Amino acid sequence: MVGMARGKKYAQSDDQKGEMFRKMLRIRSFEYKALLHCTERLNRGPLHPYVGEEAVSVGACTALEKGDYITSTHRGHGHCIAMGGDVKRMLAEIVGRATGYCKGKGGSMHIADLDLGIIGANGIVGGGIPIAVGAAIAMDNQNRNNIILCFFGDGASNTGAFHESLNMASIWKLPVVFLCENNLYAISGSVNDTLNICDISERSKSYGIPGITVDGNDIFDVYATVKEARERAAYGEGPTLIETKTYRWLGHWQADPCRYREEHEVELWKKRCPIKRMREHLITEGIFSEEQIQKMESEIEEEIEAAEKFAIESPFPKPDEALQDVYVE
Amino acid sequence: MRTINYTRAIWEALNDAMEKDERVILVGEDIGVQGNIFGATYGLLDKFGEKRVRNSPISEVAIIGAAVGSSILGMRPVVEIMYIDFATIAMDQIVNQAAKLHYMSGGKVKLPLVIRTQGGAGTGEAAQHSQSLESFFAHVPGLRVVLPSNPYDVKGLLTTAIEDENPVMFIEHKLLYTTKGEVPEESYSIPFGKAEIKREGKDITIVALSKMVLDALEAADELASKGIDAEVIDPRTLNPFDKATILSSVKKTGRLIVTHQACRTTGFGAEIIACAAEEGIPMRVRRVVGEDTPIPYSKPLEDRILPDKNKIIDTAVALMKQGEI
Repeated sequence: MVGMARGKKYAQSDDQKGEMFRKMLRIRSFEYKALLHCTERLNRGPLHPYVGEEAVSVGACTALEKGDYITSTHRGHGHCIAMGGDVKRMLAEIVGRATGYCKGKGGSMHIADLDLGIIGANGIVGGGIPIAVGAAIAMDNQNRNNIILCFFGDGASNTGAFHESLNMASIWKLPVVFLCENNLYAISGSVNDTLNICDISERSKSYGIPGITVDGNDIFDVYATVKEARERAAYGEGPTLIETKTYRWLGHWQADPCRYREEHEVELWKKRCPIKRMREHLITEGIFSEEQIQKMESEIEEEIEAAEKFAIESPFPKPDEALQDVYVE
Repeated sequence: MRTINYTRAIWEALNDAMEKDERVILVGEDIGVQGNIFGATYGLLDKFGEKRVRNSPISEVAIIGAAVGSSILGMRPVVEIMYIDFATIAMDQIVNQAAKLHYMSGGKVKLPLVIRTQGGAGTGEAAQHSQSLESFFAHVPGLRVVLPSNPYDVKGLLTTAIEDENPVMFIEHKLLYTTKGEVPEESYSIPFGKAEIKREGKDITIVALSKMVLDALEAADELASKGIDAEVIDPRTLNPFDKATILSSVKKTGRLIVTHQACRTTGFGAEIIACAAEEGIPMRVRRVVGEDTPIPYSKPLEDRILPDKNKIIDTAVALMKQGEI
């Protein structure tokens, strides 16, 4: 339990732990609800569920301070909720309503709100990494004491954008934390076939920056690691590359036949469920009772039901709104 | 009024913007000590320091990313892609990111950024350093596209580009850097979407892009000696595009020549002609444009595939012989 030990260095109050647990529950519940909408054909296009990876976004975003930003990915619902996203407006976006975060122009892959500290959720693998570098340049020039946390996956670490961005951020010691969510697959591409190294964090050596691999299903380990990297970045010491090893329980998108992996592998990772793990921690440490936790769980379910009601009852945007927001006039 | 060259006019626009607004920063390859390969940023590093003049590694993707990310958080980056040919390396950041994030965010995110670059053929730099790719970018909703053809315009349009709230592809031409013209010392701006009638005429409309404006004006002078009165129009910006000025000219002349170095197929000339056709204007039309080939190295080969003054003249004369439609 190395992670729990690290967690003590950055001790959190019981309330904070409760909030983290709620966010993880919210993500999971949200994703299953959104997937249900896929089968009911309420949404359009692909939906990339984050189920199984909840500890990464919640652990990482909890380590941020006011005024920090993130860049998100096509698998971004978890990031948005971790940043405090309103599930009503998120579900509304997914079902294409005018009340959605992007007024129905973004959809599942692009749910983001600048006011929440999210610069964008990117549909292009690796596309957000150079943008995070740009955001870090702004923070550097504006002498803010803030950082940008850049989420991307194992697949993105193989793009040229990754290389250019980490190099540029390192030479200018920019306030950015690169967080690779290694969920072991880029659609069907296993990391065993797409990388010739064991840990993606090893790539940090090429840029002369620290690199660390942590258990992405240990929320406290993720939190503590990002906290430390955040401090480094904010104090002008430059970027860090963090790799969180985790697993995507479901397919790449809702209709993924998942021919590339065996069911027993999925079952193995389900045993390492990050939510179950935190639940046990909260009870074992006597932070919450079983009863209190069950109450939280049912509250989250109600919240998601209410969000669904809000989303479905919201109006669609007027067709002519498609012609707006192309330019700032 | 004093006379300066195109490069100096760019320098002045950058310098003025940086003096006025500390949000304006530069990022690009060899823009520091070297002052860019044409001298357009010379001395700005010393004056404004390395945080505002960021001399970057060879990383086109990260350079555009630097513009996208920093503009969203309140900066006004002017980044440089040394040759427009290299912009193809960064197409994701330009096309999928810069052009779309305002729209995708439901209008919340703003990207006031400028991508300065240069294109065009005529210097023997061959196929990977000579292209005219303005149509690529004019085809992407969300981008402004600017093609300044002279020192006065380049200073005024660059000032406008930096003050604009949208991503701007600012495409200079490598043969224009040494051209001279009258340019005011003080800062000024030229609105986007206003074509300039460079020369009035009643017989034939020549719409020319970038460096071809110079060829068209020379051609018009010679055509005058043959009794043909050509009107030469420089659209200056392709997005926004000033249809009205061009259409009213074609209505008057009934003859339209479009000329650009970019190759024929789906070049911007086709768009100009389509605009006039949709209006139902009776007209005769010709394109004096680059051939559908890569740009070759050897001079006779390059001359063969590029439009020039003489090709404009020959085409205009032939068009006049055909009479009115």
